[in-house]
Amino acid sequence: MLSRRNLLAATAAVALSASAATAQQPVEIQFWHAMGGALNEWVDELAKGYNDSQTKYKVVAVNKGNYTEVMTGAIAAYRANRAPHIIQVFEVGTATMMAAKGAVKPVYEVMEQAGIGWDPKVYLPAVAGYYTTTDGRMLSMPLNSSSPIFYYNKDAFKKAGLDPAVAPKTWVEVRDAAKKLQASGMPCGLSTAWPSWVLIENFGAMHNLPMGTLENGFGGLGTEFQFNSPAHVTHMERIAEMQKAKEFDYGGRRGDSQVKFTNAECGMYIQSSAGLSSILKTAKFDVGFGMMPYWPDLTKGPNGGPQNSILGGATLWVLGGKSADEYKGVAGFFAHISKPEVQAASHQRTGYLPITMAAYELTQKQGFYEKNPGFEIANKQMTLNPPTPNSKGIRFGNLVQIRDIIEEEMEAVFAGKKQAKAALDSAVQRGNALLRQFERDNK
Amino acid sequence: MRVRVGYSNKVLPYILVAPQVIITLVFFIWPASQALYQSVQRQDPFGLRTRFVGLDNFAAILEDPGYLNSLYVTAIFSISVAALALGLALLLAVSADRVIRGATAYKTLLIWPYAVAPAVAGVLWMFLFNPTIGSVAFALKALGYDWNHLLDGNQAMLLVVLAATWKQISYNFIFFLAGLQAIPKSLIEAAAIDGAGRNRRFWTIILPLLSPTAFFLLVVNVVYAFFDTFGIIHSVTSGGPARATEILVYKVYYDAFEALDLGGSAAQSVILMAIVISLTVVQFRYVERRVHY
Amino acid sequence: MIEKKGMGTWLTHAVLILGVLTVAFPIYVTFVASSLTLREVLDAPMTLIPGSHLVENYRTALFSGTRMNATPVAGMLLNSLIMALVIASGKIVISLLSAFAVVYFRFPLRMVFFWMIFITLMLPVEVRILPTFKVVSDLEMLNSFPGLTIPLIASATATFLFRQFFMTIPDELVEASKIDGAGPMRFFRDVLLPLSRTNIAALFVILFIYGWNQYLWPLLITTDHRMDTIVIGIRRMLAAGDDQIEWPVVMATTMLAMIPPVLVVVVMQRWFVKGLVDSEK
Repeated sequence: MLSRRNLLAATAAVALSASAATAQQPVEIQFWHAMGGALNEWVDELAKGYNDSQTKYKVVAVNKGNYTEVMTGAIAAYRANRAPHIIQVFEVGTATMMAAKGAVKPVYEVMEQAGIGWDPKVYLPAVAGYYTTTDGRMLSMPLNSSSPIFYYNKDAFKKAGLDPAVAPKTWVEVRDAAKKLQASGMPCGLSTAWPSWVLIENFGAMHNLPMGTLENGFGGLGTEFQFNSPAHVTHMERIAEMQKAKEFDYGGRRGDSQVKFTNAECGMYIQSSAGLSSILKTAKFDVGFGMMPYWPDLTKGPNGGPQNSILGGATLWVLGGKSADEYKGVAGFFAHISKPEVQAASHQRTGYLPITMAAYELTQKQGFYEKNPGFEIANKQMTLNPPTPNSKGIRFGNLVQIRDIIEEEMEAVFAGKKQAKAALDSAVQRGNALLRQFERDNK
Repeated sequence: MRVRVGYSNKVLPYILVAPQVIITLVFFIWPASQALYQSVQRQDPFGLRTRFVGLDNFAAILEDPGYLNSLYVTAIFSISVAALALGLALLLAVSADRVIRGATAYKTLLIWPYAVAPAVAGVLWMFLFNPTIGSVAFALKALGYDWNHLLDGNQAMLLVVLAATWKQISYNFIFFLAGLQAIPKSLIEAAAIDGAGRNRRFWTIILPLLSPTAFFLLVVNVVYAFFDTFGIIHSVTSGGPARATEILVYKVYYDAFEALDLGGSAAQSVILMAIVISLTVVQFRYVERRVHY
Repeated sequence: MIEKKGMGTWLTHAVLILGVLTVAFPIYVTFVASSLTLREVLDAPMTLIPGSHLVENYRTALFSGTRMNATPVAGMLLNSLIMALVIASGKIVISLLSAFAVVYFRFPLRMVFFWMIFITLMLPVEVRILPTFKVVSDLEMLNSFPGLTIPLIASATATFLFRQFFMTIPDELVEASKIDGAGPMRFFRDVLLPLSRTNIAALFVILFIYGWNQYLWPLLITTDHRMDTIVIGIRRMLAAGDDQIEWPVVMATTMLAMIPPVLVVVVMQRWFVKGLVDSEK
């Protein structure tokens, strides 16, 4: 099987180089991504920027639907020997991709073999760390990373007699604000997007509480979940209590709840920093920003404050079985998108985190953050403190399903059908079963 | 099957069936046998490591509360869709059969949802009932009813049942109307002369004569609810909240494409195939009987 | 009819009108949404009076494509049309041929073939999609109209319908044709085809809609946006990720996606009803 694939690849390479010699056709690099809307344009322009900068390679960026569809499509294509070169994989797919040794070519290998003088140290540790092995080798190239931040409706704050210049910092303050907002006529205080990412994964990081053993799974496949600790249960109980009074109102998975905020139904909102531009575009009120709230009595962060948040979003993985020349093209593309000016422009355009130090500094120097304060919050929040094993990220197999299970159990809590403890216990138990399955399948 | 006067030719019949048979073999039988093979294996998504596990995948499914939940959800969903779609269609068909003026217009106005893609129908209903921007959800809230199908499983179920029913009514309507029009008017007139009122005529004459149509439609509606509603579930609820609308075919899709559990999904496919085969056999026996009638 | 009492008739009409309105309501709301701006749509409760941006939204959807999706809907409509036409005519042709063989020839394996064709009814696409994808890919048919259509062309329903229909054709016609010295293909062309005209028209409507409404299959088979069908286009527009869904344009596209199949059903109503009733009997 393997030798047949190599043979095919070799034939393809010969065919490609032959045609390159005759017609000067550029080598095509297939790049499958999940960026829709304005972000699709952004990715197209990244590809165009690289294609215009040289003539040897041509990156073809294709939107293949949402993240799951991109990954499934790429896997199906790989099994049929039609894999693209680069695929965009969301953070929850990281463990699956890492386990697919042979199907995936780690980024550090691609970059080193291309011989273009690659320095992994230019990348922001807070971002690259999530996708790096414990011995410091970078497996995939961050493209779009974000972290949840806190948004609030300044106009509504004013009307409720709250200070619109100051964002609530703790959950206690958030709850107070919610009550005041409701008293001033708002139906709901706060909602959140991406429930598991915000209320479990980032809750753990911000409070320096482990989500699972073995450094949240970074240490190996034998990891087990711990997010049913007393602190987690208390947190969930309090949110459920807030749900009863609509101080918090659940608005669905992913970003489904965003209209609740932009329509001024809820006065506060937790959503990815990447939602910034679309929130600013659709909200008819002044939007304020802040960091995610924390519970002073639950946090294990430094000085009784918050620790730091973790990221979400996606990275670019390189698939195996291609020719050395094609990998050179891939490396060139990655080097292109990592350039400070390209990276800074991407960051300012999309609201995603800058992935290199130089891009961050360049953006600061340009005075961008003074004019657009919301764009720096995620960065500040991620680098609030040096990350601990509990706050550098999570790496669990079958995480797509596990996230669904967590959200399912949370939905049961918010619907008043289950107690917080029972729900979290059940989520941990079901999640562990999936972790064991992943461990078995990947031995 | 009836064998009739025909031709005998050694080669021609094979040439005639060849296109159909080749496509069936290549795109149906072969892939289906692959699914069968996959159901006794465990494999990582990329197909790099494969283990033979016998019936483990089946055992895991039957022990999985999620699967049992899905069976339950499918039953509730199919029964509700079939009952609602049949009941409403019958009411409309009986009405359309009664009116003289405008019957064609009513018919035209009632049959077109058949042409709407399930995925598109899903989008329409999702938009109407969106808890924040949907017109219907807003009206319900104004009436003091808290609509949030993103959190309330029963509401989510109601929503997908409504969307699925909406699309199926026209189909049932056409059959009921055809069935009603096939009933000899003389029969009804005779009953009327005997003094049977409108309701009595419906229950004692019309309904019994319609029952073969109704039975046939029941099977079709159940098959529809089992499979063709995938697009609706996918675009309206994605099986949520808390799996309240995860029907079997959605779970097969989810486990294969989102969860990348190929063995488990293939095993579910095999179970589904068994269900469809039995449904089809029921239908076919019935169909054959009617043909010979 | 037998009795025409005022009350009963009014009630009947009321039931029908209520039914028609309920059926039409979602479409009406969609239509209204397609004539508003994004802000107006998001402003709950959305108005139920059509707005002033109708032409603009449809023009954006049809020709420029949105920011959502670089492919203009006009191209997608064409793809959907090609796909629906190829599937409908392909299914009819191969089903006619195989039904002809099964009914008019006696040959070994006849019943085996019949059952093999019939079994395709039992295998929904979702159930075997990964292996089917691999087959299509091995045949180098990804991203092509053959890949989109051929795997969907095998049809148990159509074969079955033609078989049933051929069996109602009197044997005398075959005898007469034989006496005239005509071969089987001549009989097929001169007698069976003309007789099947209504059935073909009827089946065409149903299969056209089947082809037009395909969803999961094109989603997986095509990676090239130029191959997108309109149903897939809508799906892509809804997957806006971190961006706000552009409801007015999505709704305009939804309307555009419904118009052709609905037109086919309404215009060819007579055959459609016949085809539906016959094919399932």
